[in-house]
Amino acid sequence: MTIPVLDAVGIHKSYGHGATRFDALKGVSLRVGQGESIAIVGKSGSGKSTLMHILALLDEPDQGVVQVAGEDAAGLRARALNGVRNRDFGFVFQQFFLIPSASVLDNVTLPLAIAGLGVRERNERGMAVLRALELDDKAKNKAINLSGGQKQRVVIARALVNNPKVIFADEPTGNLDTATGQVVEDILFSLNREQGITLVIVTHDQDLAARCDRRIYLRDGLETTAAPGAEPAPGEGEVQS
Amino acid sequence: MNTGDILRTAVKNTFRSRLRTTLTVIAIFIGAFTLSITTAIGAGISAYIGNQLGALGAPDILTVSPTPEDQFTDEGPRPYDPDRAQTGLPGGPPGLSITPLTDDDLDTIAAVDGIIRVDPIVLVTADFIGVPGSERFEITLNPASAASVPDLAAGDPLTESGHNELLLPLDYVDALGFADAEGAVGVTATLGVTDAVGTQHEVDATIVGVQNSSLLDVGTAINQTLTDALVAAQAEGRQTTAPTGYFGAIAHMEPGTDQATIDEIKAELSEEGFTARTTADQIGQFQTVIGGIIGVLNAFAVIALIAAGFGIVNTLLMSVQERTREIGLMKAMGMSSARVFALFSTEAVFIGFLGSAIGAGIAILAGTLISTSLADTLLSGLPGLQIMLFEPLSIAAVILGVMGIAFLAGTLPARRAAVQNPIDALRYE
Repeated sequence: MTIPVLDAVGIHKSYGHGATRFDALKGVSLRVGQGESIAIVGKSGSGKSTLMHILALLDEPDQGVVQVAGEDAAGLRARALNGVRNRDFGFVFQQFFLIPSASVLDNVTLPLAIAGLGVRERNERGMAVLRALELDDKAKNKAINLSGGQKQRVVIARALVNNPKVIFADEPTGNLDTATGQVVEDILFSLNREQGITLVIVTHDQDLAARCDRRIYLRDGLETTAAPGAEPAPGEGEVQS
Repeated sequence: MNTGDILRTAVKNTFRSRLRTTLTVIAIFIGAFTLSITTAIGAGISAYIGNQLGALGAPDILTVSPTPEDQFTDEGPRPYDPDRAQTGLPGGPPGLSITPLTDDDLDTIAAVDGIIRVDPIVLVTADFIGVPGSERFEITLNPASAASVPDLAAGDPLTESGHNELLLPLDYVDALGFADAEGAVGVTATLGVTDAVGTQHEVDATIVGVQNSSLLDVGTAINQTLTDALVAAQAEGRQTTAPTGYFGAIAHMEPGTDQATIDEIKAELSEEGFTARTTADQIGQFQTVIGGIIGVLNAFAVIALIAAGFGIVNTLLMSVQERTREIGLMKAMGMSSARVFALFSTEAVFIGFLGSAIGAGIAILAGTLISTSLADTLLSGLPGLQIMLFEPLSIAAVILGVMGIAFLAGTLPARRAAVQNPIDALRYE
């Protein structure tokens, strides 16, 4: 069996102390293979975002082990950790997190700038990604002047620009209308199919979850079977933490 | 992010909130402007004093005066002693409390190792100065001329060639009918001297140079030969029983005497009861006073800068607050805490640089204009005085110093940005 891209075993995570203590995860295990697309599904407060943050090495579990390509993440130094996040991971957020005053191209090439690449190479690679997502005519525009769908495509371009192994998407269609959301979904799954990029998608949207190879259902910090009762009512949970 | 990117991004971020940056820059500008101006005034006055007193000249010369130790005795007023020398002050008020040097004292001074000649400082006066074909004008003489190197408008300094020589003050050039300073050099002038019995004598002297007016305005510089000639003319018919006394003496040391030897000579003279000062000592006294005043002014400017530093802290704290998500995003994408810190401190340093560079630039511009116009109007009586002197080194020090303060001010906000957890930052609403 090949080494999984990500392997999390017995993850516990809690916030706060004493009476305000909140257990977000109470022992969740998850193995993500190369080229898989996985949906982490659950209601608001189920711990799905926390799990994604821990898988993306943005947060550390209180208990449990996260392995990245067979290596224990807890043993990584800050520099190596930053390197993994920068080179191997791409992030797509519901709220976009674009720098409003910067140009589309500068937003897209931010991971490359952080990696320390030269301006010319940055711009070449940035333009290539923008062309692939049919946004090259917007390269000089300011990010703030784009529509929601365009913004999310810019975010995907930014996640793609460093040729990541894994893209983490937190409610990627949460802020988009159905038609635009569909376009964004299509882009993500075609990347998964054609470039073999592993997808880890956090969502409460059953339709989106259904398009993934596998689904993990979370409820109150624990994995559950896909009981229909675990599905959120329509319209619930539009605000995700 | 490489250093160039950090620099570029920091500069770009600085201009994101223009009004806030502008206000902070103005605060720093005021401090840097003040500091540049006060430093320049200090440098200008110091340089002027240096020129006037001959900072670069009159080496190997000591001005010797008696140490006035017996003037303020613990036992009250000193009993009168008719044998004590009285300075030959013609018409001077009796009891003018200057302890004079006697001829014996001069011998003592001359006997000190390292001193090759001693010239007493005598008070000589001339009634008038004139050149052939001109009117006659009153004139004050400075017999201690050997101690200072003149600030010359034309000609050469005095020599001890055995001829009567003087340096004409610049004011007299026009009055005596010369076209310019150069025209006066080499002309023989006539000085009128009245002796003890009221007879007027005329002494001729060559104008070897023309001297700029001086801050101290001690009179027309004359050489030793002319001094002796004038003293001789003055003393004619004088009958006095009191020993001759002098205000002080000019002691010439061997050329090229080093500082250690000078200190030895001064110590030896001090033991003998004399105070000896080099030209540098005398300049030093003035410069200590000027330095003190400038120091106080600078302190005010630095206080303004410290206040401006808190402005930077405030500005950047707001900036960090506003960009919490951006910081979180960059950290999520693998930007190290050190780089985030560098980004925000660079921003602080750049704000400091903007304020100080503009402040220093405007100060140089305004200062030069003011300085030039003052030199032509209010300070025209002191030619050679450039009230503000902008030295590249001190301007660079001001700018670097302000950037240093800005960096210190930036550390608090930059640290706050650097320690942010990417998750908390991204969740921040």
